[in-house]
Amino acid sequence: MATLTIDGVQVTAEEGQTILDVALENGIEIPTLCSHPLLEPYGACRLCVVEIIRRGWPRIETACTYPAWDGIEVNTKAPQVMEARKVILEMMLSRTPNVPIIQDLAREYGITEPPFPAEAPDEKCILCGLCVRTCHELVKADVLNYSAQGIERRVGPPFLEKTRQCIGCGACSIMCPTGAIEIVLEQEAVYQEKPLGPTSAVWVPSLQAIPRVPVIDKDSCIHFRQQDRSEGKIDDACMACQMLCEVDAINFEQEDEIIELDVGAIIVATGFEMWDATKLSQYSYGQSPNILTGLEFERLSNSAGITGGEIVTAEGKEPERVAIIHCVGSRDHNAHEYCSRFCCMYSLKQAHLVRDKTDASVYEFYMDMRAFGSGYEEFYERVQKEEGITMVRGRGASVEVLSNGKLRVKGDDADLGELVHVDVDMVLLSTAVEAPHDSSEVASMFGLSRKPDGFFAEAHPKLRPVETNTDGVFLAGSIQGPKDVPDTVGHAGAAASMALALLDKGEVVISPQVAIVDEKLCSACKTCISLCPYTAIAFVDEDNVARINEALCKGCGTCVAACPAGAITAQHFTTEQIMAQIEGLFRVPAEVEEGVKA
Amino acid sequence: MSGNGKDFEPRIVGFLCNWCTYSAADTAGVSRMKQPPNVDVIRVMCTGRVDPTFVLKAFVEGADGVIVSGCHPPGDCHYNNGNFKTFRRMPLVEALLAQYGVDEGRFHWGWISGAEAPKWAKLVHDFTEQVRELGPLDWKQQLESKEE
Repeated sequence: MATLTIDGVQVTAEEGQTILDVALENGIEIPTLCSHPLLEPYGACRLCVVEIIRRGWPRIETACTYPAWDGIEVNTKAPQVMEARKVILEMMLSRTPNVPIIQDLAREYGITEPPFPAEAPDEKCILCGLCVRTCHELVKADVLNYSAQGIERRVGPPFLEKTRQCIGCGACSIMCPTGAIEIVLEQEAVYQEKPLGPTSAVWVPSLQAIPRVPVIDKDSCIHFRQQDRSEGKIDDACMACQMLCEVDAINFEQEDEIIELDVGAIIVATGFEMWDATKLSQYSYGQSPNILTGLEFERLSNSAGITGGEIVTAEGKEPERVAIIHCVGSRDHNAHEYCSRFCCMYSLKQAHLVRDKTDASVYEFYMDMRAFGSGYEEFYERVQKEEGITMVRGRGASVEVLSNGKLRVKGDDADLGELVHVDVDMVLLSTAVEAPHDSSEVASMFGLSRKPDGFFAEAHPKLRPVETNTDGVFLAGSIQGPKDVPDTVGHAGAAASMALALLDKGEVVISPQVAIVDEKLCSACKTCISLCPYTAIAFVDEDNVARINEALCKGCGTCVAACPAGAITAQHFTTEQIMAQIEGLFRVPAEVEEGVKA
Repeated sequence: MSGNGKDFEPRIVGFLCNWCTYSAADTAGVSRMKQPPNVDVIRVMCTGRVDPTFVLKAFVEGADGVIVSGCHPPGDCHYNNGNFKTFRRMPLVEALLAQYGVDEGRFHWGWISGAEAPKWAKLVHDFTEQVRELGPLDWKQQLESKEE
């Protein structure tokens, strides 16, 4: 702990702090361009010079590099300090006459025109080295450094050539105080990446996320990209977020892990996936950045999305005309035959959003409008009547990308009885939803069956819509079939209460259809032991018989069919019962036969 | 077992597992899918329960054809792997029936999931026609005449 005075004010400093740190903490302004809290001080720009009186001796020093020693006196506004800064700014302004931040600073010190002729008026770099230190200390890519000396000195990659060591993270550009570094993308593909991804390396995937905490996008985070590129050798690149987080919430070590739990019930809620719209080439999905799926449009119009919620085309302009095509991949014998159910309503909502946020005309191509929920029909009426959306009854047949970038949507208008087309700036495809691609693995993991459309089968379509044929496993949401939000909430609530009811009971009722061993007949051959899928049969050495644990037995009857001694009986499916059923099929009862004769 | 040619109505016994083919057959019925009435269904919990003697018993009692159908291997079985036991046993039944001189087309075993009601209706139709083509098996009458 050190005590010093800055501009006559007594302040305290921690071990290791510089004068600049202490001044900033105490609200005393010192101009600086080359210092940054995440980087080591360097003293390059010299703007932070102050007068320091130590043991009676005054001297001019840079505040960013001078330790806050005990007993010293600091003057940040002494006349000789102001004069020194002025000289520095005169030279800086002469080197970079057109950089706004330098112009502003110079004006503060009374300089309006560069006193020396500028050699290169476009120069923006003040050689402060923030970028060099960022690349070295934070990113650990060591791409940037100084080259040459004296007036030739400049910053850049080795030999000022493109280098593969550069990961294109853009950190140098963000750090540069004068805007001297521009990131040039080699492919003009920025927007082509559909607007669904992260907006930064640390982001909250959705505003409704629970818990609502940010996550790190490993593909764009400098720390993880450097770790990947160096195969683990560089494991301390950019930890800026961790250094800045005051509550130490950032943990780079966190990894996906498999947690084993013993549970009494399982709710399977793996949801749906969007169908790939490139499968029907007539809709030209992927051929123009202005052909979006419903989900992509949802991201575009989201206030947390890349445009901040503005609805614009890839060219950055507000669209004049927007077409929405329903049933893309749904109700289609070439794709999915089922109705994806909630697209009608979100399409109407998106039409409403376009009308609300832009002046564009909206054309909706639909076959039937399935406004099935509470308040839905009223919304449909409102969108049609009050918002002036053009409804075209008939399937949107194709989308064509014209040479001028416009999109021609063709379809048939069943009401007019003729083919129609419209040239638009943006097309929204209400694509089908489908069961996730790895559903068959999930199904066999839980012993569930699936319906012909790929979604999971409930125990009974009307009476047991959340239960499955596997005890204790329930379905919730779109895993059972496409569902909108209210239906999903209802279905999930039902699944949760079924699961809770099961757990709350504290005991499980098992089926009486179990197998039992007649121990007198058992010949101890052990054939049944290995056949049982539930390891419900144990061989009891002391009695020399097989015995079945009724709590484990599910009553499949495999052991019954296999027992060479006929010692095992399946309750309710005994051999006698089945034999009697077979006989019963072919033996006409005597009284019936007599009746026929009579 | 009277008649031959087109008048002949074959009697077929189907052993169906509770979880897959039985529910497919149920769905086929509930959905009013057209199918000939020649198949009599006996429900078992699993095709793994189908003892080969059930098949023989059905033929002995007078069936002209027998179907054993369960859940698709590998993963559909409600009891994990009962269908695999069927997979091992049924070829043996086939071999046995061949030795007894039963025509190959009179015994069918396979898999129909609970979702495949149309497949069940088609199997019933196709198999009935196949057995009709083969004519009556008449095992029972032959046995009875031998006993006499």
